[in-house]
Amino acid sequence: MTIRDLPREKYVLPGNAACPGCPETMGLRYVGMALGRRAILVIPAGCTSIIQGLHPGSGLSFPIINVAFASSDAVAEGVAVAKELLGEDGVVVVWAGDGATADIGFATLSGAAERNGNIIHVCVDNEAYMNTGIQRSSLTPKGAWTTTTWRGKTESKKNMPLIMMSHGIPYVATASVAYPLDFIEKLRKAASMRGFKYIHLHAPCPVGWRFDPSETVEMARLAIETGMWVLLEAEKGKITISPPSRPYIDKSRRKPIVEYLKRQGRFREISEELVREIEKEVDEYWSTILKLSS
Amino acid sequence: MEVGNPLLPLSRPKIGVQGATGSWRFRKPEIDQGKCIGCGICWLYCPDSVIDVEDVGGRFKVRVDYVYCKGCGVCASVCPTKAIRMVSEV
Repeated sequence: MTIRDLPREKYVLPGNAACPGCPETMGLRYVGMALGRRAILVIPAGCTSIIQGLHPGSGLSFPIINVAFASSDAVAEGVAVAKELLGEDGVVVVWAGDGATADIGFATLSGAAERNGNIIHVCVDNEAYMNTGIQRSSLTPKGAWTTTTWRGKTESKKNMPLIMMSHGIPYVATASVAYPLDFIEKLRKAASMRGFKYIHLHAPCPVGWRFDPSETVEMARLAIETGMWVLLEAEKGKITISPPSRPYIDKSRRKPIVEYLKRQGRFREISEELVREIEKEVDEYWSTILKLSS
Repeated sequence: MEVGNPLLPLSRPKIGVQGATGSWRFRKPEIDQGKCIGCGICWLYCPDSVIDVEDVGGRFKVRVDYVYCKGCGVCASVCPTKAIRMVSEV
């Protein structure tokens, strides 16, 4: 697949309410390119419900149901069952942020995964509650400033892809806004499978992470190149590292993680000791996933 | 179900739901058509669908919709030939 093969229909409309350089609208465009008219989105509270703009207009042209924070996967499962009973085609996608996935929506997500409902859950991970003003979530990384962690978060980021793998669902993948073709392929693959599919999309937020809006893609790419974020797929408990992350299995090819951290204002006051600690955690994460991939 | 029914809060897709968002901009992407190789990478990454491409003889011809472009500069930063320059508008 190349850029030329991608459909050009617009699912994110110009003049929407997203901030300049928003990674979520980028991601939503890729959902449109991957699934087109088949996609039905279930969106809990979050930045995306703001991006849609005010009634009676919508900045997104997908069929969308806006639901309460903790209900998205249950609603989506219902929609998927209804579509099947009616004999209609459709790919039901939950488009939820890190808070709606790992914190507030977690019980519902876990329940739907356990029942193996036929939906795709995309977690758009911008690593804090950006919509309400940058409060820490359980997916905010260690050392990051937020309005509720003034001196840097002291806890580590929850490992959602591995948690979802433990549910024994057919498909778990990670993606990044810097690698759209990889994300589109994973969405299409997920749509072709039956059961619960989980895709975790890394989405650097210029407002909350404190970097220039022009650097959204650069920041997402640096996360891969430093090994802080790993692109992978997991089927039946076996992990495959995706092509963009493959060179970084070899630690010597990874860029130093400070190159990623120092570019973001949220890590401005991070100590050298903490950088070493984060580096150790990154190495541990890599050795865990490599064990699961052999 | 009827859209416009007061009991159903349904919204219809609308270009410019937040108004002419080009007014948010303080720097503007300018494309140097001489340097542009028509790869379409700017179109792929533009977060707001304000870059349009047209196939002209096997390469993309790129155009920016300045009414809605918010001036984030992602296009300029991903351009492999530095054909897009952000020019101050203030």
